[in-house]
Amino acid sequence: MEISLKVNGELYPIEVDPETPLLWVIRDVLDLKGTKFGCGKAACGACTLLVDGNSVRSCSFAVKFAEGKEVTTIEGLGTKENPHPVQQAWIEEVVPQCGYCQPGFMMATVALLKNIPNPTDDDIDRNIINVCRCATYYRMRKAIHRASELSQQETDKRVENNKV
Amino acid sequence: MLRTITGLAVIIGILLLVLSVTAKNRPNTFEHSLDVQKESYSVEHEDFDRIIDVLTHQRCLNCHPSDNVPKQGDNAHPHYFGMKRGNNDKGFEATSCTTCHQSENNAYSGVPGAPHWSLAPASMGWEGLSRIEIAKKLLDKTSNGDRTHEELITHLTEDELVLWAWDPGVDANGKERTLPPVSKERFKEAVIRWFGNGAIIPSE
Repeated sequence: MEISLKVNGELYPIEVDPETPLLWVIRDVLDLKGTKFGCGKAACGACTLLVDGNSVRSCSFAVKFAEGKEVTTIEGLGTKENPHPVQQAWIEEVVPQCGYCQPGFMMATVALLKNIPNPTDDDIDRNIINVCRCATYYRMRKAIHRASELSQQETDKRVENNKV
Repeated sequence: MLRTITGLAVIIGILLLVLSVTAKNRPNTFEHSLDVQKESYSVEHEDFDRIIDVLTHQRCLNCHPSDNVPKQGDNAHPHYFGMKRGNNDKGFEATSCTTCHQSENNAYSGVPGAPHWSLAPASMGWEGLSRIEIAKKLLDKTSNGDRTHEELITHLTEDELVLWAWDPGVDANGKERTLPPVSKERFKEAVIRWFGNGAIIPSE
């Protein structure tokens, strides 16, 4: 069956079984390897990406549900030259250890900041429930608060520029 | 002697085979750990019995918690990852039910799914209640979402999330989830007849 997928702003018509997990399509068909396979049970969150801005566990999300929607992966957040505030915060706080689960955490954080621009520790505890075997949670918490600041600064800058 | 032992072994083998086939085909008889008491009442309340047997099965009860924590499995353990009722019975702001649960079961991961996957409203918490208390709550418009009997019949016999109980898919280990102890058809019949007869709750 042909499915039209929009990933990071690009349209991809793909021939695939509609029940295929979105993660497999992202990694194996579109060759976007940033999103990781962890448990395959929607439990660890390594495969988290955004569908229409909402976080989903792509290992447990049939590709047919993404048709006609905007899929965003870690590759679609920012670039090395112009990182997304969440990526910038992750760099500043030197969050990753082995790094495998980090894209999932960053995507979950993007979804969190979209819904709660200035999250409290409680907000973070409730919403960021991915699993990191290196236990980088402490640095992640700092990075999430920092990402919130950076996002706010970006918004302020945009508002300022619009005034000029 | 050897012939006797061989004969005994054959008989035991056949018995085990019969038992395993019977076990596979019988409805779920799992004794859950939740404090749901069964009052004694007469056989004329058979429809009531059938309905409540379904409503107190884990496939239903797990999403009717009294403590805002969804439950999982036949042992009704708290939902992993600290998931709670959250906003509008659908989890938290950025990590909600639909982060993992879609409108269908997922056979790859074992994550269950059905349309409008969510907890029942807090007013419809059944966990820990007796069968009669559950029935009273079901009929009480102040707790049941202001539903009339007609609307309750529709909800119980047509809502896709309610009917998911008979199509619960496999768990994370690929094992079929247990079904309510009454078939979907018999449950629907019982619902329609019980309400048709005035939705009488047996006296306590």
